[in-house]
Amino acid sequence: MGSYLRPTSMPEALAALAAGPRIVLAGGTDYYPTRVGRPPEDDLLDITAIGALSGIVESDAGWRIGAAASWTDVIEAPLPPLFDGLKAAAREVGGVQIQNTGTIAGNLCNASPAADGIPNLLALDATVHLASAGGERAVPIAGFVLGNRRTARRGDEMVTAITIPRPRNPARSVFLKLGGRRYLVISIVMVGAVAEFAEDGTIATARLAVGACSAAAVRLPALEAALAGKRPDGALVTEAHLAPLAPIDDVRAPAAYRRDAALTLLRRAVEALR
Amino acid sequence: MRSPAERIAFTLNGAAADVHTPPATRLSDLLRDTLGLTGTKIGCNAGDCGACTVLLDGRQVCACLVPAGQVAGRAVTTVEGLAEQGRLSALQQAFADQGAAQCGICTPGMLMAAADLLARNPTPDEPAVLDALGGVLCRCTGYRKIVEAVLSLGRNERLPVDAAPVAGAAVGARLPHPDAEAIVTGAHRFGADALPESAFLTLRAVRSPHPHARFGIGDLAPLHARFPGLVRVLTAADVPGQNLFGIYPTGKDQPALAPGLVRMRGEAVVALVGDAETVAAIRDEDVPITWEVLPPVTFEDARAGLGPDLHAHAPGNVLCRGRVKTGDAEAALVASPHRASVSVETGFVEHAYIEPEAGYARRVGERIEIVACTQTPYMDRDELALILGILQAQVRVIPTATGGGFGGKLDLSVQPLVAIAAWLLGQPVRCVYTRPESMASTTKRHPSRITAEAACDADGKLTAYRFHGDFNTGAYASWGPTVANRVPVHATGPYTIPNVLNTSAALHTTDTPAGAFRGFGVPQAAIAHEALMDMLAERCGLDPLAFRLANAIRPGDATPTGQVLRHAVGMADCLEALAPRWMELRAEAEAFNRAEKGASRRGAGVACMWYGIGNTSMSNPSDMTLGLARDGTLTLYCGAMDIGQGSKTIMAQIAADALGVPVAALRVTTADTDLTRDAGKTSASRQTFVSGNAAKAAGEDLRRRLLALANAGPDARLVPTPGGIVIDDGRRSVIPDLVRLAADPHGDVLVGEGRFDPPTTALDADGRGIPYAAYAFAAQVALVEVDTALGTVRPLRILAAHDVGRAVNPIQVEGQIHGGIAQGLGLALMEEFFPGRNENLHDYLIPTIGDIPPIEVTLVEDPDPLGPFGAKGIGEPALIATAPAILGAVHHATGVRLTRAPATPDRVRAALLAAGAAR
Ligand SMILES: Cc1cc2nc3c(=O)[nH]c(=O)nc-3n(C[C@H](O)[C@H](O)[C@H](O)COP(=O)(O)OP(=O)(O)OC[C@H]3O[C@@H](n4cnc5c(N)ncnc54)[C@H](O)[C@@H]3O)c2cc1C
Ligand code: FES
Ligand code: FES
Repeated sequence: MGSYLRPTSMPEALAALAAGPRIVLAGGTDYYPTRVGRPPEDDLLDITAIGALSGIVESDAGWRIGAAASWTDVIEAPLPPLFDGLKAAAREVGGVQIQNTGTIAGNLCNASPAADGIPNLLALDATVHLASAGGERAVPIAGFVLGNRRTARRGDEMVTAITIPRPRNPARSVFLKLGGRRYLVISIVMVGAVAEFAEDGTIATARLAVGACSAAAVRLPALEAALAGKRPDGALVTEAHLAPLAPIDDVRAPAAYRRDAALTLLRRAVEALR
Repeated sequence: MRSPAERIAFTLNGAAADVHTPPATRLSDLLRDTLGLTGTKIGCNAGDCGACTVLLDGRQVCACLVPAGQVAGRAVTTVEGLAEQGRLSALQQAFADQGAAQCGICTPGMLMAAADLLARNPTPDEPAVLDALGGVLCRCTGYRKIVEAVLSLGRNERLPVDAAPVAGAAVGARLPHPDAEAIVTGAHRFGADALPESAFLTLRAVRSPHPHARFGIGDLAPLHARFPGLVRVLTAADVPGQNLFGIYPTGKDQPALAPGLVRMRGEAVVALVGDAETVAAIRDEDVPITWEVLPPVTFEDARAGLGPDLHAHAPGNVLCRGRVKTGDAEAALVASPHRASVSVETGFVEHAYIEPEAGYARRVGERIEIVACTQTPYMDRDELALILGILQAQVRVIPTATGGGFGGKLDLSVQPLVAIAAWLLGQPVRCVYTRPESMASTTKRHPSRITAEAACDADGKLTAYRFHGDFNTGAYASWGPTVANRVPVHATGPYTIPNVLNTSAALHTTDTPAGAFRGFGVPQAAIAHEALMDMLAERCGLDPLAFRLANAIRPGDATPTGQVLRHAVGMADCLEALAPRWMELRAEAEAFNRAEKGASRRGAGVACMWYGIGNTSMSNPSDMTLGLARDGTLTLYCGAMDIGQGSKTIMAQIAADALGVPVAALRVTTADTDLTRDAGKTSASRQTFVSGNAAKAAGEDLRRRLLALANAGPDARLVPTPGGIVIDDGRRSVIPDLVRLAADPHGDVLVGEGRFDPPTTALDADGRGIPYAAYAFAAQVALVEVDTALGTVRPLRILAAHDVGRAVNPIQVEGQIHGGIAQGLGLALMEEFFPGRNENLHDYLIPTIGDIPPIEVTLVEDPDPLGPFGAKGIGEPALIATAPAILGAVHHATGVRLTRAPATPDRVRAALLAAGAAR
């Protein structure tokens, strides 16, 4: 009970996970706040000393964000406009302290409906890489986040990286977040959008996802289809495109407002892709 | 069970550190508890406040979220590591000089975030400063002086301070706070920083998860057997004296530990006392409490007269009513050509001081000593004597530095619990509230339901005003009566109106108790009166500011209570000061709207306020003494509690000028019920006016005594010198022989005494009388931008003109205004507490550094003949006009009037859609 492991290699980490249930700890920015007034007494696996998990690397196939990469790593990495949305999200997560320690992978694994990273990862068509003592597997992002704080990760697995494929065409991205104040705020609604452009300036493919409007952020396939072949124009977004959303009332906002604001943010996101 | 301790080696403030600790321990706990570096503060333990910000390998992180295991081999820098060779760094100096710290609880975090920024970017612009400091909350300063301080470093400039004004020039000087150096170095000790010298026990209250319930406590033996470190479980039966406390002598209704019935969520049921690890490890579910849940009494129930009576002395759950009547409002409303009415609704607002309540008690023979944060040491003393069943003289209250109060630390919190435990166990007992505990159990601003009507004649002269406000005072009385009495007096706003009927009621519910919060109900009422002024101005076709100016109360006018204000009525001056900029901003907003093609609309709003200084029609004296020791040391024994608002500086400035010595020659003590006299509570904006007068009288008294000793003329100069004081009246210069004088227990040979109690009279059944000896006045203007598609409101600029009588210390007055505006902005746009739903700083939103626009302050100094050197108060007046000015600006921008505060984006958007004003 209450052991704390901080291995420096993957085999050690995976062996620890295989040996019994253990909470993976990265930046701790989701872990500690749920334990206010209580001593941390769980069995923990701190993954931040595993060199293989750090950093963001580019290859021909695309980009690999290590599980220990922080939001600040994203902000400071030299990345193409495809990542402007993720970078914008990184700058809006918490305050700089949270950005310096919180990880994208932690944001994903915590799977809050309001996680700012997830709509971007959906729009980026990311793949989640998992490892356990038994082997590795890759899961498309949409199949990884299953619901409010539910993921496809098994207890003996950990996320090792998130990869993002290199787009076939020039791509741009945006992220828009609506919150109740300027900094340190959990989103009421947020939108991540990526568009690849054909040579004539029309959208070749678009992927748009909305967060905090359903148990897990979702993409809007009908809207994506409607944008294909068009130039970015907010007027192309209609209320019918919001069908996949199922917002709820909570302390931050009522459901009806969320739906209404999502429409506005989507229109603005499309405009911003121009 | 915690993870076993391990050895962790790292670099701490440039030196090697080697600790043995469980690696999952929060870095903040490691620094504070193991290493004794209490400069790193804890406001939430959840990443939400940034008070714990330190540098890890040069980057800012929240120490409360970093496991100790992660610092191995790395470099940690805390506020204690900022000073260079014992000298303040330029950054620390700038914070100290420029009033960037008030209470100081956020300051270490702010400094570390700023240090990170400046190391990376030595010449940041404002957006860079906002981004870098966005993760640290401050509830006192309104952030603007923090921004200025950081920017001044990049510009390599030192802003003006009056470090050492000469004799007679202290009042009016921009003087840094005497505690500023302790604050910026992390040495200032707040409630959780002060530890008993001997081994102590820790207390944790188990609180009700239900708003209304009966409960029974089962056999505790198994709990003790399971947790050997548990020393005692206190219940209501253990309270030695009266298990009831409360602000008013006749209204004590709140138990220290609930006696089988809880009337609110978060009410303390039992208190676990033991070693710190044990009491933290025991879950509430481990304690054998059986609940019989009762139906809650909501505000709606109480207003409708439904639900059982919560207190026998409050039939129908009406705690009390207030009323002010003059003329015949009914008749005048009917007879007037222009009439407007409004309904206003506001919710609970949390004080959100960054320091949760904390402190300890120790028994010293037959006395008890309480070392804790507080706004009111003397009332604490008196209440604790009743709870322990001992004499007041057996209780000593030694306040720690208090990390913000705003009214919330006027009521008891940790004090009765630790006092009872220490009294019974004979060992020091400490308690530190968690943030959720603080938010669940302590008082709030009263939610209100207001209806008001006003009328004017064809020329725009106000003729009549009628107001009723219901206030949800929650489970216990606290300051409910103060709100019920103060509101009807102020409810018209600072206007001359011949026919008035203002009524109020404070209603009990099973909600969190509402108590004192900066303004005692007046900010809620101001939303109503200012909406009505705008509506009537529009009906008469007058400019909103001009309409207010035409009706502003002026010298010689009578207030609705029949009090004729003869002097120091600066309302019109405040409006006139703002008029030119008001015209500019109105025009600017309208030009913007004409050009704007998208969803943004701008608007400017204006609002006025007035505020009676001190208690309403009740004696509220302050006593101060100023001692001269044999060696010439001058000590001001100042019982006025400084909770960051700066009364220590103010009292010293006033006393020094009254005595006639340079202010630097005075030492000022902090409040201590054994050492200082009763200077009342730090509330009702009374300290500068009431205690300031006492400090002035003490200075004058000591001066008289000194001059008499030397037989010197009245205009003699007093020059403190090492070892004595020179008295020089131009004819001769005398150094009195102090050594031959008998010394009192403080070592003083001469003591000046001062006392002041503002002259007021009782109010009759119609609320007629003289409730206050002085009034502060203000007008504020807000320029906002509304995104009509999203309903978001962004204040772009706030102008504030305040009649403060005399600005004893302009830096501090500006600081109070900035901080008040930030809280008013929160009230207007984002702050609403829902018991049980947002008891943390994650979901309860207060403004961050990025939410506060530039603020332009104009000080109107119309000296009050009764004020010390003309000064009145500023604490509460600072926030009252802000919310109505912002809501007025939203109306100017969009044509939609929001009367439900806070005007959150969803409410604004809904109102725009309903009015067809959305895009
Ligand atoms: C003040 C504050 C503000 C915040 N603001 C925002 C915000 O604006 N937007 C936002 O989206 N979030 C916000 N957060 C939440 C949080 O900071 C982010 O979700 C962050 O990215 C989490 O990363 P972490 O490394 O700190 O996660 P951790 O707390 O270390 O872990 C989070 C969860 O994921 C699991 N986990 C982590 N890494 C792995 C892995 N590699 N494999 C398997 N499981 C793993 C952990 O077991 C845990 O359950 C905020 C948090 C705080 C305290
Ligand atoms: S105490 Fe760490 S952020 Fe509040
Ligand atoms: S000075 Fe910032 S919280 Fe008090």
